[in-house]
Amino acid sequence: MNFEKLVQKAKKEYYSIFRGEPPAILIGSATCGISAGSNEIKKVIEDEITRENIEARIIPVGCIGSCYAEPLIGIFKDNKEGIFYGPVNKKIVKEIIKKNIIEDEVAEENILGTIQVKETGNTGSFFESDFMRLQSRQILRRCGLINPEDINHYLATGGYTGLLKALEMGADEIIDTIKRSGLRGRGGAGFPTWLKWDLCRQSNSKEKYIICNADEGDPGAFMNRSLLEGDPHSVIEGILIGAHTIKAKKAYIYCRAEYPAALEKLEKAIKDLDKIGLLDIEIVIKRGAGAFVCGEETALIASIEGRRGMPRTRPPFPTTKGLWGKPTVINNVETFAAVSLIFQEGVEQFSSIGTGSSKGTKTFSLVGDVKRTGLIEVPLGTTLKRVIFDIGGGIKNGGNLKAVQIGGPSGGCLPASMMDTEIDYDSLTSAGAIMGSGGLVVLSDDSCMVEIARYFLEFTQRESCGKCVPCRLGTQQMLLILNDIVQGNGSPEDIETLHEVAEAVKAASLCGLGQTAPNPVLTTLKYFREEYVEHVMNGRCPAAYCRELMHYFIDEKLCTGCMVCSKVCPADAIVGLEDEVHFIDQEKCLKCGSCMDVCKEGAILKVPGPGKSIE
Amino acid sequence: MQKLREILESYQGKREDIIPILQDIQGKYGYLPENALRELSKFTGVSESQIYGIATFYAQFRFTPKGKKHVMVCTGTACHVKGSDQIIDAIQRHLKIKEGDTTPDNEYSLEAVGCIGCCSLAPCAMINEKVISRIKPRQIKRLLPQKS
Repeated sequence: MNFEKLVQKAKKEYYSIFRGEPPAILIGSATCGISAGSNEIKKVIEDEITRENIEARIIPVGCIGSCYAEPLIGIFKDNKEGIFYGPVNKKIVKEIIKKNIIEDEVAEENILGTIQVKETGNTGSFFESDFMRLQSRQILRRCGLINPEDINHYLATGGYTGLLKALEMGADEIIDTIKRSGLRGRGGAGFPTWLKWDLCRQSNSKEKYIICNADEGDPGAFMNRSLLEGDPHSVIEGILIGAHTIKAKKAYIYCRAEYPAALEKLEKAIKDLDKIGLLDIEIVIKRGAGAFVCGEETALIASIEGRRGMPRTRPPFPTTKGLWGKPTVINNVETFAAVSLIFQEGVEQFSSIGTGSSKGTKTFSLVGDVKRTGLIEVPLGTTLKRVIFDIGGGIKNGGNLKAVQIGGPSGGCLPASMMDTEIDYDSLTSAGAIMGSGGLVVLSDDSCMVEIARYFLEFTQRESCGKCVPCRLGTQQMLLILNDIVQGNGSPEDIETLHEVAEAVKAASLCGLGQTAPNPVLTTLKYFREEYVEHVMNGRCPAAYCRELMHYFIDEKLCTGCMVCSKVCPADAIVGLEDEVHFIDQEKCLKCGSCMDVCKEGAILKVPGPGKSIE
Repeated sequence: MQKLREILESYQGKREDIIPILQDIQGKYGYLPENALRELSKFTGVSESQIYGIATFYAQFRFTPKGKKHVMVCTGTACHVKGSDQIIDAIQRHLKIKEGDTTPDNEYSLEAVGCIGCCSLAPCAMINEKVISRIKPRQIKRLLPQKS
């Protein structure tokens, strides 16, 4: 069958879902949806359909981004606008099936918004909600709206038309197209994609490779996982365009083993692509084995070759000497998806979004103390304020914003006063942070910035490959100092030492891991120095976060002796008889806050200081 | 050893096969048994010390068997901010084992892991394949019941 006919057939099949004849039920079934309980929801829906003897299709889809509203379902029936509901539970979902499908009324419970999918694009009020309105869903345009395991859904929505366009072009024209788009690498460093491809293409070698870096190891980031689970073909299409450009016959996708669902969907996608005859190179999936440093391109290459994932000095760059010494292009998952976007939708659409030096959009995982957590995509140049307050809905539980941690362990912490910073490669770098691959952790007043710096250092110290001395010993030294400080054993000189070591590690490390590992320390020292001072001078954690420098305290005026707190205490640390004032045994206390969560009287307080002397 | 032979048969024994084979061995046995690594060394012609060098470098590999229920607590940023330390602490006290260990009856093993990608539902833990989101210390006793 020729491509045109294939697409015709796929469109007929795909758009029939949204006509809802028979009714179609979309279920967000990415890892996040499943962890929120979507498998149980699916089971309930299946049972209801059988019990009520109705005809309906269940379509598993990826994450549409609003993780805060998971589990999430969408219902399409009788050519009407579809309705998305979330969060749903077993009870609500039964109600929704009854009302929306059987009685043909709108169920009032937990409506997220209506949605209408036409062949021209997506419209409808869900996309006009506060969460969606200010986003620009380009890379993620299919996520949550297609079944990632059905190649027809991809074909119906313009899939592989970009590849066909690219195949008609020569390599010159492809590279020129990417150059005009202004695309920079989405893995974090922001190197111009066209230049990387061009350097590799110019290399004189018969054997060349293309590698997709899907080793998303940043804690707090799941953009690549969501994209691979929601729209794997878009990444594969970009890889094929790249292979065609540099004339590679073999491609590798290096994906974390911790992402089993993403790996499964990639395997299925490659098989399906082969079936329809569009796969003209060999694509090998390599499972990562859990090493953050393998996100570094030279380390990743070493890992594919079957060695320890240790980086090496550059030059030579992988574009001249990469996998098995052959010219190699390595790009991030999102970069490849951006390439297929550019070729499917055109350069103009891509480059009309963004700022002068940072074109297009960027996906972020918005997490932490923000009301609406999830996966978002915004035009480059959007301010942090807009992301956190307008899209994310501000800080949870009425707290105040303290800082934003951006760029993973190698990024930095920007204080609330800098929320007018625009998210683009250059603004973030000048603020002391980096774009990174896109983890955005929002921190409220409840977080201690010294402890956050310690946390990241613990991570980078553990993940340092140990090859170069500044990184191996420097990160360890910084961690030891930070451990002392958060435990109340720090001294005033520690702050200066920390600063010196951080500068040295930054200047002298071999690879990106070491060069950026001090960023959390340097940015917190710059913007939150007074918190360090308070820890070392007064033995207090102002946020009452560091476990050694805070304690829980029962206010005897408010305690009614109801015993609720003592029942939930996992450490049996709360003592006191019924109807009498309770006390917390500070030696036994885990400091988990379970008691505070359940106390109806508000009698339990979190207090800075070790609490050894308070009665 | 039959299981091991089956694994090795599907590979050519090239250097690049080492990590996938180690993953397969761990998939089948739950950990990397000593004699399996010896066989792998013979199969690939790469010295045992180098094989151990690779296996110990990557966080995925373990050298002791897992418990029947393998508890993985996510320590990603979002989970950390939401109290994953206290979750680990509560589990350690409840099961009376340290992170990385297995209970003497082989019922449970505990591991702190990097991000499992469910940051928006933090803090999270996994018991075997099942993700438990928004976990609280007070749920631990109920989630991990002990026989005695």
